[in-house]
Amino acid sequence: MAEVKRPDGRKKDELRDFSGEVGIIPNADGSAKYKSGDTIAVAAVYGPKKMHPQHQQDPEKGVLRCTYNMNSFSVDDRIRPAPSRRSKEISQIVEWALEPVLLIDDFPNTVIDVHVNIIQADAGTRCAAINAASMALAHAGIPMKDMVSSIAAGKLDKTVVMDLNKEEEDFEEGEGPTDIPISLTQKGEITHLQLDGKISKEQLKEAIEMSKKVCKDIYKEQRRALKDFVKQEE
Amino acid sequence: MVEETQKNETQKREVVVPGEIIVQGDDFLPGDGTKKQEEGIMALRYGLADKSDNLVRVIPLSGPYNPRAGNVVIGKVVMLTEGGWVIDIGTPKTAFLSLTEVPMYVNKNALDEVMDLGDMGIFKITGLGRLGASLSIKSGFFGKINEGIVFKINPHKVPRIIGKEGSMIKLIKERTGCKVTVGQNGVVWIKGDEIDKELFARKAVEFVADKSYIEGLTDKVEQFFKDHGIEPSETETENKENSEENKSDEEKKE
Repeated sequence: MAEVKRPDGRKKDELRDFSGEVGIIPNADGSAKYKSGDTIAVAAVYGPKKMHPQHQQDPEKGVLRCTYNMNSFSVDDRIRPAPSRRSKEISQIVEWALEPVLLIDDFPNTVIDVHVNIIQADAGTRCAAINAASMALAHAGIPMKDMVSSIAAGKLDKTVVMDLNKEEEDFEEGEGPTDIPISLTQKGEITHLQLDGKISKEQLKEAIEMSKKVCKDIYKEQRRALKDFVKQEE
Repeated sequence: MVEETQKNETQKREVVVPGEIIVQGDDFLPGDGTKKQEEGIMALRYGLADKSDNLVRVIPLSGPYNPRAGNVVIGKVVMLTEGGWVIDIGTPKTAFLSLTEVPMYVNKNALDEVMDLGDMGIFKITGLGRLGASLSIKSGFFGKINEGIVFKINPHKVPRIIGKEGSMIKLIKERTGCKVTVGQNGVVWIKGDEIDKELFARKAVEFVADKSYIEGLTDKVEQFFKDHGIEPSETETENKENSEENKSDEEKKE
């Protein structure tokens, strides 16, 4: 089976240059930036604060509310800044990916607001958003049982690769591209998995195993960013 | 790198992130912000891991203020009700000051004569209920704030502002000549003779909050005052009256 050569010459499981940073928004309770190649996500966390409108309050536990937004200048063609069907869907995805690790039972009737802005997009924005949001939540001091790391896995023709960029996402040879964004905790539990395209059972397993491996590196970067934030002030 | 951090563990507290194993084995008991797992004791929040005696806990660096009974807090009146005032003290749950906790006669139809919407005050937390904290102003030290400036800092840095046995706050009070009151919820009230002095005191408090992780902070603060042209010799005599006033305030506080 001939393997596809990636346009930017990366190996199958090689990520783009990625880095994290926390505490970038002084007015937020917690904030973080996650960069993967040319994709940059900025997350801000506010709360826990009282939930408004009141009818959405949950007297049993706190509520996580995520808002994903792509800035109009984040892509080559200006996108309309209004909320779209796509941004609404990804907001929900980010929420679902992070909810399993949060321990917010002690904050009844409150909401934790997470706002993620994509200031530059080159595919894999939802994964960058989840990575940034996870760091921002930790930075805001929200009790969590683990961190979440996310990776845009995919398949180009018949080859499973990690961290697709826009050029690869538009790949059209053979079977075409398959997107598999996966979010994992550090322990390897899957909190989110999407699949858009065609893939066999075996190759999906391969993609998950590969994702587990690379997510460890992302987790290390998230941890480093959080730890360095305190050292910076020492 | 790993060896370095291990060496410093005894003196320095290590930064931990949620899900990180702080210590392995059964030598320690899990405290606040931690959980016992099979692999060891896991951190449940971002903060500094503190290992003392045989207890491991995480000292938070951020997050909401966690009210405790006995805390002195500064808050804002956000609602007037039949039985008292609803106060915002920076917690997700609201705090309530009952009419019975006010040491004076209050006309039930005119609560605003004592404290109106938007007024600030110093309160003591008497207890924590399911709905939030209950407050009291029974004592001369507590009650409505009429003048000065009020601002907010990170509530987790309050211990650093106060310093060991109040040494840091005493230094700020002496050098600036202002009356400084720090609520456990991170709200600071400064009252001085002139607005410039108040603003300078605010700058000093924010300086301490900003540099709170630095070792030998007192020296840094001394330097800060020196850089702003305030020498201890000049001011100590000038502010003697003030500091004595402050002392009596502190006694009141206790």
